[in-house]
Amino acid sequence: MKKKNPILRTRLPTLPPAARSRVALGLTAAAALGRFELQQCGDCGTVQYPPREACQNCLSTKIFWKPQPGEAELLASTVLHHSNDLFFRERLPWRLGLARLACGPTVVAHLHAGVQNAPARIRVTARLDRAGQAVLVGLPDKENVNMAEDRQLREFSCDPKHRKVLVTDGKSSLGQALVKALAAAGADLIWVGHAEPWKRFPGFDELQKLPQVTLVPLDVTDSRNVRELAAEVGAKVDILVSNAEIHRTHGIASRQGVETARAEMDVNYFGLLRLAQEFGPAMRARGADGLASAVAWVNLLSIYALANFPPHGTFSASKAAAQSLAQCLRAEMRPAGVRVVNVFPGPIDDEWNQLLAPPKLAPAALASAIVSALREGVEDLYPGDVAQEWLERWRDNPKALERELSS
Amino acid sequence: MSALASFTKELLSGKIRVIDLTQTLSPEFPHISLPPEMGQAWPFRIEEVSRYDERGPAWYWNNFSCGEHTGTHFDAPVHWISGKDLPQNATDSIPPERFVGPASVLNCSDEAKKDADFLLTVDWIKSWERKHGRIPPKAWVLMRTDWSKRSDPAAYQNYDETGQHTPGPDADAVKFLVEERDLLGFGTESIGTDAGQAQHLRPPYPCHYFMHGAGRYGLQCLANLDQLPPTGAVVIAAPLKIRNGSGSPLRAIALVET
Repeated sequence: MKKKNPILRTRLPTLPPAARSRVALGLTAAAALGRFELQQCGDCGTVQYPPREACQNCLSTKIFWKPQPGEAELLASTVLHHSNDLFFRERLPWRLGLARLACGPTVVAHLHAGVQNAPARIRVTARLDRAGQAVLVGLPDKENVNMAEDRQLREFSCDPKHRKVLVTDGKSSLGQALVKALAAAGADLIWVGHAEPWKRFPGFDELQKLPQVTLVPLDVTDSRNVRELAAEVGAKVDILVSNAEIHRTHGIASRQGVETARAEMDVNYFGLLRLAQEFGPAMRARGADGLASAVAWVNLLSIYALANFPPHGTFSASKAAAQSLAQCLRAEMRPAGVRVVNVFPGPIDDEWNQLLAPPKLAPAALASAIVSALREGVEDLYPGDVAQEWLERWRDNPKALERELSS
Repeated sequence: MSALASFTKELLSGKIRVIDLTQTLSPEFPHISLPPEMGQAWPFRIEEVSRYDERGPAWYWNNFSCGEHTGTHFDAPVHWISGKDLPQNATDSIPPERFVGPASVLNCSDEAKKDADFLLTVDWIKSWERKHGRIPPKAWVLMRTDWSKRSDPAAYQNYDETGQHTPGPDADAVKFLVEERDLLGFGTESIGTDAGQAQHLRPPYPCHYFMHGAGRYGLQCLANLDQLPPTGAVVIAAPLKIRNGSGSPLRAIALVET
């Protein structure tokens, strides 16, 4: 990719129109999980669009958000050459189309460059835009659509291709899998943090051999270390992956004192706070810095952030705190169009989950799910069967899940 | 002239010099690492409270945190199980005169350079005494290895897959210094008074076990021992007065005559 011309002013981030009604946020809620849902009438079955309070066919108020297939026929397409909206004005020309979904409604969608002119079979899905709100996009009706190279679709994704990434911990098995997955996904440069540099970790040499990788000493409990690294490379980081964590397997009664819990909090919560304070401002300033702008901030949380898993009780609490802070970070990064991706894995197959029976998430599988989430613009990632099951149980009845986890 | 008056006169004249034996407290300086499932000592950390800004307009200050055994630090007898029931065994109860004593500096730097696992033996100490005289009672015995010159944390810690490799005394040498020489305490330049592989000695960690069991003290992460004469220096090593403290970071200094 062409290098940036440093004598030109870096463009300030602008956002596409962000206002949505409360009911329309249902589309966003599903798109944040990577799902395409539209409202469907519980009485007559009509699929609705745009989102509304009552069925457009029978006026029933029993309408529910349901996953929908995206098959559609493109009826017409057009190219926008003028817009008074600042975001689109800077990105003209912009291609849009009118598509009739097989499930009923006709919708306006942003079009991938690979979509032929009408009439054509396409696939419509919902994506989060730079404002963090769901919009509809039309993709070619085939597998493996290249989003990274599509000028318009790249605005909706956070593809690591051509981008510079900081992975805060390269010592864990997940950290190493992440670095390899990001390198394979075409990241230009990957800074890999490692705390306590005197402890050589397995896989160190292998990481060092990757041409994209630069190892940097980084201990997220050391404010000055975080500040200095941000000063050195913060203005170049397009994607920050906050994956440093301490995970100990204690509830309240199984460990005397607060030191273990404090260590978890210091890395899992305060570590995120330190990173956000030091790296956040530079990333916010680069939200529209050309095709390789700052785009995403990934937080490794845990499914235990939703509901406490008492055998790992203090770890759960630290992840719940981190999730709350990540919501604050999301609000602060959104004006710059930088997406905060929260990852809620179930047990990872690592040393701290040794005594948990499978299924456990393989680090490589989790790494690849994170890369996919970046590509597909997912904001809340629940990777793997355990996380998906917990999510559904939690959405269905949080109190029941609390009781189930504590028995 | 009184002893103290002549002391201060010689201090001003430069005949007595003060040598700093302390490493700078900083987040990067290595800290003791235990197996991850065990309780861990805090490394040194520092957070700014204000710096002439809206958090405090005319003043700069920090909060710092660390474990009792961080940076250049003092080990009190209560640190080890063998010293737990002794009288005057903690940082607040040790009589202050014990913090000051003559120093015998055993230069093992050549040996440590050749062998990171070098163990100081009774024979080695006796051969040193043949050259420099018998170690006096109530002396700080300081094992010079030049380990403090390893400014790279990885080289300082010197870990491999079998753990840490740093020099220290063997079990008999510690017993000899306690029983035959009645020392005040033992000091090293590396991260512990015991060798890096001392968990495999009998007993494990003999310097901690015998030294603290006999009510003696430890100093570690010392620096600038190469600036001390083998004999004749006076070391002042006073820990913070922490109630029932097991140790404390400190500013260790030595007085030497030029």
